[in-house]
Parts: sequence; C-alpha cells; structure tokens
Amino acid sequence: MDNLTAEHVGLTYTTLRGHTEALRDLTLSIAPGAFVSVLGPSGCGKSSLLRLFAGLTPPTTGHLRQGATQITGPRRQVGIAFQRPTLMPWKSVLDNTLVPALAQGTSRASAERRARTLLETVGLHGFLDAYPHELSGGMQQRVGLARMLVNDPAILLMDEPFSALDALTRETMMVELQRLWLADAKTALFVTHSIAEAAFLSDRVLVMSPRPGRITADIACTLPRPRTLDLLETPAFAALTGQLRRALDHSA
Amino acid sequence: MRPARLLPPLLGAAFVIALWWGAVTLLHLPDYLLPTPMAVAEALAIGFGDGSLWPHIWATVEASLLGLAIGGGLAFLLGVLLAEQKLFERVLYPLVSALQAVPKVALAPLIMVWCGFGLESRVVLVMLICFFPLFVSTVAGIRGADPDLVDLCRVSCASRWFVFWHVKLPGAANGIFVGLQVATSLALIGAVVGEFVASQRGLGYLIASSGANMSIATMFGGVTLLALLGIGGTEAVRWVHRRVVFWG
Repeated sequence: MDNLTAEHVGLTYTTLRGHTEALRDLTLSIAPGAFVSVLGPSGCGKSSLLRLFAGLTPPTTGHLRQGATQITGPRRQVGIAFQRPTLMPWKSVLDNTLVPALAQGTSRASAERRARTLLETVGLHGFLDAYPHELSGGMQQRVGLARMLVNDPAILLMDEPFSALDALTRETMMVELQRLWLADAKTALFVTHSIAEAAFLSDRVLVMSPRPGRITADIACTLPRPRTLDLLETPAFAALTGQLRRALDHSA
Repeated sequence: MRPARLLPPLLGAAFVIALWWGAVTLLHLPDYLLPTPMAVAEALAIGFGDGSLWPHIWATVEASLLGLAIGGGLAFLLGVLLAEQKLFERVLYPLVSALQAVPKVALAPLIMVWCGFGLESRVVLVMLICFFPLFVSTVAGIRGADPDLVDLCRVSCASRWFVFWHVKLPGAANGIFVGLQVATSLALIGAVVGEFVASQRGLGYLIASSGANMSIATMFGGVTLLALLGIGGTEAVRWVHRRVVFWG
C-alpha cells in the first residue's frame, strides 16, 4: 500500500467576488493503514483537502500523490462519506449501498454479497429493503458507512460524517467506525471539528487553521486500541483533548 | 381515492351549483344570459343521447394529448441537453426565451396558415403552449441535483450516463411532474384556442358555434366538459406522480 502525500499544495477558488485562498502551502504524508484526523474550525479548508485527495478538485499549486502516482482525478481505491448521509431517497438501503459498486461497473451479483455483509455488520439486517426516509439519522449514516466500504477501498475519506447526529448516536458511531477500520487495514482521512472524535479515533491529528487553511500542529494519539467509550472518562484522554484544544486555540 | 377524501370537493361543487341555481331563480335571470344547472344538464344529456358530443370531446382530447406528448417530449429532451451541455445552453436559451416571450395564442392564425385547418395546426399550437413549463422544470430539476450525490458517484468513477440515470433524473422527477401538471391544463387551452380559430369539431368549436346560435345552455355544457377534462387530466398526472415519485 502507498503513502498519501501532499506537496506544497495550494488551492484558490475564483468566485464572482474575487479569489479565496482555501489552502496554502500544505505538505503532509499519511502512512498506509493510518487513521488521520484533520481537526479545525468551520471554513478552514479541511473539506477542500478531502476533495483534493478524492480527486474531485485539482489543486491550484503543488502535487498530490498516492504512492508515486499523481492524483489527477477520481480513482477506484477511494471510499467517501459526507456530513449528511447523502442517500438516494428513491433507492432502498441495499441499492444505496451498491451505488459505488455499480458506478464503477462491478456486477450487481458480486457486489451484493459484500453489501449484505456490510449492512449486517453495521446492524442493518432486516432493513435492506427499507427506504432512507424510514430510517433514523443514525441508521442512515450507517448506510453511508457501509456504502463507503462496499468497494473495499484502500483509502477512506470522511467529511464530518457524524456532525448531523445527536451526541449519543455520535459516540456509538465512533466505536462502530473504529471497529470497521480495525477489521481491515485501510488508510483513513477523517475531517472533523470535534476534538473528542479526533482524539478517540485517530493515530494522528492534524490541526488546521483558517484563512488560508494550513496545518499548524501534528499530534500523535497513542492511546491503546481498541478504544472503548470508557476511555472518554480517563485522564489520558483528557490530557490528549487538552493538548488538541490548546493547539486549536493557538492556531486560531 | 377513498370516498371520504372525495366528499369535501363534491360538497364544494354542490355548493357552487346551489349558489348558481339560487342566483338564476332569485334574480330572475333570463336563460339567454345564464341558464339553470338543470338546463345545462339537459343540453348535455341530449348531446350524449344522440351521440353528437363525442366527436367534439374526442377532437379536443386528441389534439391535447398529441400536442402534450410531442411538445412535452421535446421539452424534456431539449431540457436535458441544455442542462447537461454548456454549448446547447448558449444556442438554445435565447431561442427558447424569445419563444416564451411571444404569446402563443397570437401565433394561432399564423399556424393555421402554415399547417392548414386540420388536426396538425391544433397539435402544433398545443405543443408550443405545453413546451415551456416542462422545459423549465426539466432544466431546473436536472441542474438542482444534489451535488454530494453527484460527487459520490464521481468518486466511484461513475460514467456521466450513470450520474444522469441514477442521480439527476430521479432528483428532477418531482419538478418534472409539477411541470407536466401545468402543461396538462395548458394543453386544453391550446386545443380550445385552435378550435376557436379554425375547426369544425372540438369543444372549443362547440362553445364558439353555440355562442353564435345563442344556445347558451350548450355553451355552458361545453365549458363544463372542459372543466371535467381539465380535472381528469391533472388528477391523472397527479396519480402517476404519486406512484412514480413515491419517496417525495
């Protein structure tokens, strides 16, 4: 598996009101199999960074690479999850999960087996034929996670996937995501504005500051895995979140 | 529709008819100005009895449906092309805006000159009138696709066709059906105007000719049938709408 790297990446949007510098001189490298969070306030360009790695937006300056290959567009090894569940209301849970597989031309028969297993893993057996509007927000986001994994991607890109959920559901989903990630060595880039989420899930947290977006701290999280919700009460966790908060405050 | 849901609209209709009847009786209106509902019903019964109404109804329905199908189909296709292709937008949009700026009814005499006095003229008029609402709702619907859903498919290397078929078209379906509903009621207007201008058949012709003969009850009968056709058409579209866009 390959490193994900960004070298001196800058991104400037041109809008009717002029230019906005979303990212400036960003250099970073993510080891294969690592869970890396990008932590920062709203509008710091962390979602832009995710779109760059997804190949959805080209950088204005600099290069993005996966291993030695330059990222020039969407490619097959990537799974993505968004802030909202972003499900198609006209498709059943199973069909929604299959979308990335069918989009890249995998046959339905072979993809369906994996989709069913994944939906079972996220606790949605019995809801395969349900439609999104029949599910709770947490269940919808679980479908989003299963869908992200359906192509068995080597790289997971997640854009605040739990931000629309209530606090309790969010905690369950953190544990769930860690379980899915531990089961299968995948590189994860997780964008969040929640210190607790970043601290709980990550091997490494990149703190970003806004206008223009740049990385101001790179903090390792060495708490042992698998992490449980009990961890949230421990002094070690409090020390880590404290460190992250100071880094955030410092960068703002 | 369940009987209980049918009751309020029927009550409303009954109220209007009672008001109409009361007004004619109490104000002693002469029947060449406003016939009683009974007289209208009688005129309709005679027309249905001797079979003379059917050709008129069919003529109007035929022109409306053909015009709606062709004009609506064209509007949908061009709407999709315009929403998906920048070049088409630059070519088509000024033309469509210009067309929309002209009141289509004003074109009726010209269309008669071009297409003659047969069904073709009326179908063309209906097409022109139905085009715009469906065109606009198609363009807006396709353009309004959820950008995250589009990105989701793009990340998975989806083809353009995949994005259109799985994301853009279903996302636009709701708006397209609303446009179709508007176009359906406009289709009847187009057909009737065409029949006013030049036709020997159709409810528009029936209304115009019975007006000229001062058979006001028949005229009201024609208007009533048009209203029923309009209600039937929009209800049919809504029925299909609810079944196709079941998630809406």
